[in-house]
Amino acid sequence: MTLAQSLSIGAPEVVLAAGALVLLLLGVFRGNDSLKGLSWGAVILFGLTALTVIDDAPARELAWNQIYVADSLSAFLKILILAGAAAAVLMALPYMQRVKQHRFEYPVLIVLATLGMCVMVSANNLLTLYIGLELMSLAAYVLAAFNRDEQRSTEAGLKYFVLGALSSGMLLYGVSLVYGFVGSTEFTRIAAGLSAGGERNMGALFGLVFVFAGLAFKVSAVPFHMWTPDVYEGAPTPVAAFFATAPKVAAMGLFMRVALDAFSGMIADWRQIVIFMSIASMFVGAVGAIGQSNVKRLLAYSSINNVGFMLIGLAAANAAGASAVLLYLTIYLVMTLGSFLVVLSLTDADGNAVETLDDLAGLARSRPWLATALAIFMLSLAGLPPLFGFMAKLAVFNAAVDAGLWLLAVLGVLSSVIAAYYYLRVVKILFFDPPADVVVNGEGGAVINNGMMIAAAVFCSPIGYLLLGPLAQATRTAASSLF
Amino acid sequence: MMSARCVADMIQAIVFLPLIAFLIAGIGNRAIGNTAAKFVTTGALFISCALSWVIFIGLIGGAPAEDHVVAEWFSSGDLAVNWTLKVDILTGVMLVVITSVSALVHLYSWGYMAEDPDQPRFFAYLSLFTFAMLMLVTADNLVQIFFGWEGVGLASYLLIGFWYKKPSAWAAAIKAFVVNRVGDFGFMLGIFGLFMLFGTVDIDTILQGVPLAKGATFTFLGHQVDAITTIALLLFVGAMGKSAQVPLHTWLPDAMEGPTPVSALIHAATMVTAGVFLVCRMSPLFEASPTASTVVTYVGALTAIFAATVATTQHDIKRVIAYSTCSQLGFMFFAAGVGAYGAAMFHLFTHAFFKALLFLCAGSVIHSMHHEQDMRYYGALRKSIPLTFWAMVIGTIAITGVNYTSGYFSKDSVLFAAWESGTEAGRVAFFTGIFASLLTSFYSWRLIFKTFFGEARWAGSEHIQHAVHDAHGHDDHAHHDDHHHAPATGTAGYHPHESPIVMLIPLVVLSFGALFAGAIFNDWFVGGAEHAFWNGVIVHDGEFFESLHHVPALVHWAPAIVMLIGLTTAWAVYIRNPGFADTFVKQFRQLHAFLYNKWYFDELYRAIFVKPALWLGRFFWKVGDQGTIDRFGPDGLTAVVAHGSVVAKRFQSGLVYSYALVMLIGVAAFATWFMVR
Repeated sequence: MTLAQSLSIGAPEVVLAAGALVLLLLGVFRGNDSLKGLSWGAVILFGLTALTVIDDAPARELAWNQIYVADSLSAFLKILILAGAAAAVLMALPYMQRVKQHRFEYPVLIVLATLGMCVMVSANNLLTLYIGLELMSLAAYVLAAFNRDEQRSTEAGLKYFVLGALSSGMLLYGVSLVYGFVGSTEFTRIAAGLSAGGERNMGALFGLVFVFAGLAFKVSAVPFHMWTPDVYEGAPTPVAAFFATAPKVAAMGLFMRVALDAFSGMIADWRQIVIFMSIASMFVGAVGAIGQSNVKRLLAYSSINNVGFMLIGLAAANAAGASAVLLYLTIYLVMTLGSFLVVLSLTDADGNAVETLDDLAGLARSRPWLATALAIFMLSLAGLPPLFGFMAKLAVFNAAVDAGLWLLAVLGVLSSVIAAYYYLRVVKILFFDPPADVVVNGEGGAVINNGMMIAAAVFCSPIGYLLLGPLAQATRTAASSLF
Repeated sequence: MMSARCVADMIQAIVFLPLIAFLIAGIGNRAIGNTAAKFVTTGALFISCALSWVIFIGLIGGAPAEDHVVAEWFSSGDLAVNWTLKVDILTGVMLVVITSVSALVHLYSWGYMAEDPDQPRFFAYLSLFTFAMLMLVTADNLVQIFFGWEGVGLASYLLIGFWYKKPSAWAAAIKAFVVNRVGDFGFMLGIFGLFMLFGTVDIDTILQGVPLAKGATFTFLGHQVDAITTIALLLFVGAMGKSAQVPLHTWLPDAMEGPTPVSALIHAATMVTAGVFLVCRMSPLFEASPTASTVVTYVGALTAIFAATVATTQHDIKRVIAYSTCSQLGFMFFAAGVGAYGAAMFHLFTHAFFKALLFLCAGSVIHSMHHEQDMRYYGALRKSIPLTFWAMVIGTIAITGVNYTSGYFSKDSVLFAAWESGTEAGRVAFFTGIFASLLTSFYSWRLIFKTFFGEARWAGSEHIQHAVHDAHGHDDHAHHDDHHHAPATGTAGYHPHESPIVMLIPLVVLSFGALFAGAIFNDWFVGGAEHAFWNGVIVHDGEFFESLHHVPALVHWAPAIVMLIGLTTAWAVYIRNPGFADTFVKQFRQLHAFLYNKWYFDELYRAIFVKPALWLGRFFWKVGDQGTIDRFGPDGLTAVVAHGSVVAKRFQSGLVYSYALVMLIGVAAFATWFMVR
């Protein structure tokens, strides 16, 4: 395989990498005033990358000596990632202006993180995986500490970095164990090696535990979730929105590829870990959120809870489960982005961000449309029919029942009842509590943000069902590349 | 001769006009206003009434009985049920009774309810009731009967509780509903049993199959029992509930909480006779089971005497008439029990006229006495409201059976039939009936004397005081039961006024019915032409009916004699010697208390059913639900979840090393898990 062929197969990453450098140079020369231009440049870059992704034939293609794979799964995930990243870039613009964090690095860092994510979902080798993961993480650490003058933000960045380093270390250790006991870092060969040996490969199993720990950290599954609430709360709101969306998609996609492709021979083993993490995430996410008074922390627990549901689909370890996870990811991405968009557009009279639940009291009277949008997102996250979030939960439960994991499905339903409590509490605070003293003027939102919010709300509303057909088709095609 | 097509159109108009009127008045309610609601409902009823008489006269003239299928209702396996309007003479009798009384009551309500703020609702309910009752009597299958049965129950519930702001009214409504459920349950079991036995709910098919099913048995409550008898008794339980027979009678007196026109229509003339109608409709079934017929006879006789005794002591004018109704229904049942279904229907027919008349007169009295219902505060009213007085006297001579009035013909035929049946039950019923007739005469005249004669005792009434002192007169329809202060005499300066013309017209029309309905229809119902009249619709024994004309002289004159004794006694006690009643009560305090408290049925039920039910309910609520299900279910779980969120918060310390520790513990735990397995 020639380099040219590889470059053509890996076009998205090439475009992103080149684009990131161009944007960085432009930023360096033009200074912070170029933020707006760079942001739109980044969005255009994402658009171009998306075009190269869509251009890809759905056939599975390997490049660069089998370390890179382009298939329908990676294409689907990349589209989601690019969309999430573009939204994260755009939604930050009004915020940056408001909090005087007007720095050109933001879009560049997002592009670099996106490059890392695209590498992750196209990894066909444990080392490619690691490189992509680190590329994304390093950019993310910096992003978390983006408000470098603010203590909470820097603290969040530092915590994320330290814990992220720990998890990367575990991942690398796991990779070395797998390499040592199986003899390869390439997914296809690992799969072949694991299924060949008659008896159980204890060393590889150990390695798998560590690799999974590293991946679970990125998707913030319990017990590797502890960083999530602190980082979401401390990081600037658009950054938290970014963390909650695109990297989750990338990490979950990667998780699926590693579990169902590389370690397909050990499904019975890793399924136990995934089931445990799934149940623990669902319940910790649900129970932990109840005591929260900060909306961003609440959304952090919400993301932990939702990851638990996605892991149900992974535990099912069948095509239905995989496509359910992809459907879940798509809907979750929109719901979460929408929720963060609402939070972003709330400011008090002095232009400070409004983040506590108490400040939202009676929002329905001062800002009825905003309150309605947030209510739609909350109820959709709670999985209340007829909102779209219901379909996501239904899909993973169906997959679990198909795989005979009915107990897991039952526990999932139970935890979603608990989770419904705090989602409903937000709605109750919005609509039924006496208005708070804080003046929520909501002038923080720009036209673009409002547009995205409306689009997300419409997507989550029953109107979103219109997309169910094509979406289900796409997720089925994407999932089929794993089996 | 009318064509079948014409009859079909008419019967549909009769049944569905009230429904349409109900929908217009009910949905339009305040939007269309009082006048429109009154005109729509009353107009519909008068058209129905006119058409009903046309059909009835046609049937007397020999028009064939027909079933008119309106639509399929449902079909499930073997069970297929149609909406059908059955037109035969039994239905015809009921049609004229229902629509005539209903139309008159609608008209009467124009005056009686004139000051009520909710008139459209009231008229809508009245029309709904009429529709349901018509569905009941035109049914050709038991499921449609049950539909109407429940429909009239619903309308009755709504109308008893019409003044829902009054606690006693809604309590009475709930009581009526609950007591009727007991009967309905029996009725339902009866329908199930019939479907099991005959595989259909079609009445004609069932009745044709009765001779073949004689002697069949099935298992009921763990015993092998005679199928026909069991089913007949179960149906009779339903009839007892609807027709207020002992021991399911307790709801009827309380139902007097509803507006008086409702009492006249539902609780005197029509709905309460549904039980009698059911027994007559299913007469071959009852005829096939001597046991069931005997039970019907005894229950009827017991109710007749029970209610008559209670009526002699009541003070509330409407309650006296309510017990009187209960008693007369007992007469109808024992007539049916001894096989004289024609006599039962005849008494039902005439009773509708004179009892509706009595109720509407009572309503007129109450109206003129400013909603005072206690007879102790009446007296000397005959000069103030002469027309009401004369109408009420006509009603009274009819119910007591003065010769050649309606009651004379029908009640005599009932009593003669009881005598002539020759059975032990029949003889018991006869003697009970004779005694009940004596009491009927006594309490009816007592009502007249206490209300219209003697001296005015109006001053003691709170309602009157209210009216006199309150310049605006009528305040509300609230009615208080607490008249515990001693009856004062005098008019308190109050001037009763005769009711408006719309209330008097129905009185006049019904007075004619009460006087002449018996004489006009006697031949057709029982007196010779009955064989052609009934035409096989109900069981009819020609010889038996023939024998009614040849009863022994003493039996023949007994009703008239006891009627005179009752009248004389009432006159002696309440006119000649007004203090005597009080002396009597003092002398026989316990007997009076026993009767005044209605034989303590309510107290008995309270002790046997209500208290244990409340106790059981409280037990399930406190111990079962709150103590067990809530405690370990929702409450317990929420406590666990709330506690869990505190624990989760404690773990979330914000310290990096504790986060790292949790991660390491997680990895170590997973690794250990696989090592030990």
